Amino acid sequence: MVQPYDNVMLVGCKGCVTVCNAGGLKEVQILASTLRIARKKEGRPLKVEERMLERQCDPEYIEQLRDSFDQYQAVLSMACGVGPQFLSEAYPGQKFFPTVNTRFMGGAVSHGIWEERCAGCGTCIIHYFDGMCPIARCSKSLQHGPCGGSAKGKCEISKDVVCIWDMIVRKKMEQGRLDDLRQYRAAKDWRTARDGGPRRSTREELVK
Amino acid sequence: MSDNGYKSGSTLEKVLRAGHFAFTGECGPPKGANVEHLKEKMAPLRGVVDAINVTDNQTAVVRMSSAAASTLMVQAGLEPNFQMVCRDRNRLAMQSDILGVSALGIRNMLCLSGDHQLFGNHPEAKNVYDLDSMQLIALVKKMRDEGKFLNGEDIDGPPKLFIGAAANPFADPAEFRVVRMATKIDAGADFIQTQCIYNMPKFREFMKHAVDMGLTEKCYVLAGVTPMKSAGMAKYMAKSVPGMDVPDELIKRIEGAGKGKMAEEGIKFAIEQIQEFKEMKGVAGVHLMAIEWEHKVPEIAERAGMLPRPKV
Repeated sequence: MVQPYDNVMLVGCKGCVTVCNAGGLKEVQILASTLRIARKKEGRPLKVEERMLERQCDPEYIEQLRDSFDQYQAVLSMACGVGPQFLSEAYPGQKFFPTVNTRFMGGAVSHGIWEERCAGCGTCIIHYFDGMCPIARCSKSLQHGPCGGSAKGKCEISKDVVCIWDMIVRKKMEQGRLDDLRQYRAAKDWRTARDGGPRRSTREELVK
Repeated sequence: MSDNGYKSGSTLEKVLRAGHFAFTGECGPPKGANVEHLKEKMAPLRGVVDAINVTDNQTAVVRMSSAAASTLMVQAGLEPNFQMVCRDRNRLAMQSDILGVSALGIRNMLCLSGDHQLFGNHPEAKNVYDLDSMQLIALVKKMRDEGKFLNGEDIDGPPKLFIGAAANPFADPAEFRVVRMATKIDAGADFIQTQCIYNMPKFREFMKHAVDMGLTEKCYVLAGVTPMKSAGMAKYMAKSVPGMDVPDELIKRIEGAGKGKMAEEGIKFAIEQIQEFKEMKGVAGVHLMAIEWEHKVPEIAERAGMLPRPKV
């Protein structure tokens, strides 16, 4: 991505990517040094300006680059997939590249291990399932219990993947509420998910 | 509703309704457009089973479409049980295929979730799961009995299909399995075909539970049988096939038969199973999945006393 350039800016984000050790100050410093060393070895030194923004999903922070964005041949964003897009939309004359491959919405189950928890489908149903989400966490997004491939609490796709339905069913059984799972759930309306096209959310009272 | 009060008028439906002990087979379509190959595989099943399950890209490996292979069977005068999985189609494709197969003379349909595509030969594929198997069952029922699409619009000529679903008494959590089967029956399943049974005590318990819950009054349960060809196959199934329960004693029994005699021992066990299922309360038939062993089905049927098949 940066092969043709010799002067770039690398912009980290103090939001979620800092929390999950993907694009915070430390990662910006490491990536910037790595790029400099690699290019020095090639005999084509690269200047990398390091910057941090509070967030890259908010125009007011993106605006903070107004004075400096055009002093570089390209700008690299270390935010999630949202960052490069907000930057690109704010500064049409500049070239932007991502440096993070955004994977999923989840959390750290232990230090250094993250797991998906939410698919952002836009029609939350986890209140039926004690807060556990079969849309995001069942490999087939099943809505009526575990398929025939559930074995010993694991999903048929891998022993490293928990069968979320096994967890839901066991909890319901332990609490004597298995009847909750005898209910038929109508076909899901996927329009609120990505299937309905790019999404937009409006809070009227916040719109000026 | 269909003529004479039948939902679909399929042979399978008539056999079950008449109170006969049903016998279904299975045939995986070829990995190609080789019609001769399909004909070879289905030929031994003629007159031996009431209907033949036609798998839908089983284990997520691409094969000739289940709809096409089922149609070829209809043309050959055999009765298919068209399988459809939720993995590869959204509700538009499902509904149009349901209408299509009905128009082509297919009268049985088995509604399944489908093996995850990571198992198959296109693991990079996007998975669909617009509907799950429960919703697919309810969809076919709605189309057939109400003459409506999922969105409520009228269908010009509703499909006539005898609706099947699967149950795996051996997957976890065990206590939930009969509950899931009950929900499938409520959703509209006319018949159930179970996963291959090897653990007989566990299956007896499952059936007792189903009978006690009154499920077998509302729906026909066909017990799944897959004869073991060798101890190697038994070990492979025990270890690598998800949701399969193969007791050690059975592996030892097959192994103990000795080289060259393991296949016969596997067939013997299958026949013993079928004999017991005939007597087992709530079991309405057997679904014999002789995987890549279709030519053995007539022999098994004969020895298990399943022949001749009733004329309905």
